[in-house]
Amino acid sequence: MTGLQITFLVVAAAILASAVLVVTARNLVHAALWLIATLFGMAILFVLLQAGFLAAVQVVVYIGAIAILIIFAIMLTRRVMQDTGPQTNSQWWLGGLLAAALLAAIAYTLFRVDQQGAFPLANVPIPDSSLAELGKALVSPDFYMIPLVVIGVLLAVGMVGSIAIARDEREKE
Amino acid sequence: MIPLSWYLALSAALFSVGVYGVLARKNAVAILMSVELMLNAVNINLVAFWHYLTPTAVSGMAFALIVFAVAAAEAAVGLALIISIYRRRQTVVAEDVNLMKF
Repeated sequence: MTGLQITFLVVAAAILASAVLVVTARNLVHAALWLIATLFGMAILFVLLQAGFLAAVQVVVYIGAIAILIIFAIMLTRRVMQDTGPQTNSQWWLGGLLAAALLAAIAYTLFRVDQQGAFPLANVPIPDSSLAELGKALVSPDFYMIPLVVIGVLLAVGMVGSIAIARDEREKE
Repeated sequence: MIPLSWYLALSAALFSVGVYGVLARKNAVAILMSVELMLNAVNINLVAFWHYLTPTAVSGMAFALIVFAVAAAEAAVGLALIISIYRRRQTVVAEDVNLMKF
């Protein structure tokens, strides 16, 4: 077993453990902190996959923006569910069953496909210019220019929409 | 070299944990956190396939970037909805918000 594989296994175990804690922690602030740990583990995985840019984006966008937003929302809505009563609904076992069935189905499929060697591995190194290529592809009309514009519109609409939704309407009166 | 199937197995496990969180948690913010877990599992899949199958193309990274942007928009709008519901009804429990339940 190589060092890379050991690194992967350690990171994967950390990610899975903190992900389970995200969905089971009673205290929501703890759950959010475990979510940050999970996201950080993903950034390490992106580095292992030689996608350093995505690792940086993961830290900046997910940990820097989304996780902070979630912690803000937890603090703004804190008084309601302060660690009292069960944190799961009455059908939690059904959800667990469904998740386990989904995992079993995916694992079975993965095992079958892997056995047949159906993944056509490329076995070529990632070119050094892949980030420059990505930048060019994002503004090229032949590749992803329209998706990029749509994403821009989506983010603008999302921003305006969330301000409009979260604004206190009593302020106007 | 790390086998591709390890990444896929990790991503499947993570997605299942997210599914459990969405189905079982009461608090709406916790449900949103589980959705983020699922989006991240998908992202690992995309980048792993890019790295192993088409490393000379940029499609995997471009898809992952689009998932990032959609996740950011989803979190912003979702949390705004939760704060608005909390202000009107003093609750963030998903099963208490049942006005449109048939």
